[in-house]
Amino acid sequence: MKILVCISCVPDTTSKINFKENDTVFDDQGVQFVINPNDEFGLTRAIWFKEKVGASVDVLHVGQASAEPTLRKALAIGADKAIRIDTHAVDAFVVADQISNYLQANPYDLIIAGRESIDYNGSMVPGLVAAKSDIAFVNTCVQLEIDGSIATATREMDGGMELLNVELPLIIGSQKGLVEETDLRIPNMRGIMQARQKPLEVVPAVESQSKSAIQNFEKPTPKAAVKLIPADDIDQLIDLLQNEAKVL
Amino acid sequence: MSILLFVESQQRKLKKGSTELSSYGFALAKQQNTTFTIVTINCEDADKLANYGASKLINLKLSTKHFEAHAYATALAEIATKENAKIILISSSADAKYMGGILAGKLQAGYVTNIVGLPVSNDPLTVKRSVFSNKAFANTILPSAINIIGLSNNVHEEISQNSSTAVEHQDVQTTAKCTQASLEQSEGKATIADADVVVSGGRGLKGPENWGLIEDLADILGAATACSKPVSDMGWRPHSEHVGQTGKPVATNLYIAVGISGAIQHIAGVNASKIKVVINTDPEAPFFKAADYGIVGDAFEVLPKLTEKLKART
Ligand SMILES: Cc1cc2nc3c(=O)[nH]c(=O)nc-3n(C[C@H](O)[C@H](O)[C@H](O)COP(=O)(O)OP(=O)(O)OC[C@H]3O[C@@H](n4cnc5c(N)ncnc54)[C@H](O)[C@@H]3O)c2cc1C
Repeated sequence: MKILVCISCVPDTTSKINFKENDTVFDDQGVQFVINPNDEFGLTRAIWFKEKVGASVDVLHVGQASAEPTLRKALAIGADKAIRIDTHAVDAFVVADQISNYLQANPYDLIIAGRESIDYNGSMVPGLVAAKSDIAFVNTCVQLEIDGSIATATREMDGGMELLNVELPLIIGSQKGLVEETDLRIPNMRGIMQARQKPLEVVPAVESQSKSAIQNFEKPTPKAAVKLIPADDIDQLIDLLQNEAKVL
Repeated sequence: MSILLFVESQQRKLKKGSTELSSYGFALAKQQNTTFTIVTINCEDADKLANYGASKLINLKLSTKHFEAHAYATALAEIATKENAKIILISSSADAKYMGGILAGKLQAGYVTNIVGLPVSNDPLTVKRSVFSNKAFANTILPSAINIIGLSNNVHEEISQNSSTAVEHQDVQTTAKCTQASLEQSEGKATIADADVVVSGGRGLKGPENWGLIEDLADILGAATACSKPVSDMGWRPHSEHVGQTGKPVATNLYIAVGISGAIQHIAGVNASKIKVVINTDPEAPFFKAADYGIVGDAFEVLPKLTEKLKART
């Protein structure tokens, strides 16, 4: 089985979010970039398949050279090969176009992408790739088993779970649940040494068109100070929620 | 040009939030100086949307009987083309986000999610969306001829109109790519995605055996229950209740956080909620900075009292 994991590099969750150039560009100064958490759950499941049932695992990133340390980390925790499609990933459409194009010449049985990236929160890439490449898609996937050419996937819905049978090739939107938090791996010394020898291919981008452009960013308006209510005056809290906030 | 609004149903009944979405559809049509069509799929009570000012109300009867993203996207792409829709409006539900990318790919349309209001400009179409897990907004230009807009929860008022749009039914043949083997769905219970109130517990509750306190309060408020990440990591609660930047987003009217410190990742995911109430023993807990109302106190004392008083009220 051939698995491709699509990886996005995102600011670490503790990053301060600031903008520059008149609030038109994200200010990445001092920001540490990591594998998007939803992608990491998918990557960890892919490595599980590799170790338990046999599979090759490639990781792919659409973007610039600054992401290469993150790709090396993916190699260090067990991926076999990294591919970087060299372009400026301006929006989900550009990313999806590049991935679909790559898939045409390089077919995979299973393609994994995070259900959303924690920076732009778009939740768009796997669905776009599925449509462009005409591959079945299961989003918010929290369990995945593969038997021959059939996948059994559990999809988390609002207020429920759905068990789906799908024929490969398949693309999933990965998230927590696919593996447990404790299954996530930290690269060890051996892995890091091995990763240096593993291939990291840089592939030129094909022509693709963005379908959105950010005009500018805005920060939310700062919040008024909290109203503290004494612990023995629950009536006051209920009164405020009912008559001031009007949410009861 | 017109606007097409897809309103979801579950077990053949309109989902909660469908009237908010329809009200937004009307306001958008007015702003864009055009008309809008509401589309439902395999829905039995679409007539409840008759008074939201739509020029048409179409229920598609799909041969695929349950929600299947590929079948739904195919049917919606077809009707959008037939209706010459230039803007397609969908919700932010898990199903909508699942289907949205496929639909955009099929229509070669532009697509943005997490929109927090009416477009800020019409020419070119520019919308405001939430990014960086509610830490910022991005005003985003959509240059394509057709665009899909995913509306966040709880951003528009419900306003009905003096209309009585009749429901037309259309049969559509579709093929599914995924076969549903089983479905587990909590019926009649509020979900984190659409509840008006969410009651959320953190590590401060000490253990899963104490969750009755959270559930009792949630019951009396008709609320959904949620939890912080470590609580689900330790298996006190299911993963599906984990909210925050790496869990489910929450955009509800009232979010009550009990024994949750308010780490940056937690707040990022719940900050879109309108009113936040924090109950925590530690007056220095960072969550108080993001809260509207706070009680510095012990959950084990405050929660039973709060539940009891709310019970007495009803
Ligand atoms: C990459 C990454 C992603 C993350 N994503 C998320 C996420 O999506 N969601 C999330 O929630 N976290 C997330 N976290 C974890 C986050 O950093 C915090 O560790 C977590 O939110 C803390 O959970 P907590 O508030 O329940 O526990 P704690 O931080 O331990 O807080 C417990 C609180 O309970 C209070 N308390 C104790 N006893 C009582 C009592 N009797 N009554 C009332 N209050 C009491 C304490 O004062 C304390 O404030 C993430 C972390 C990382 C590194």
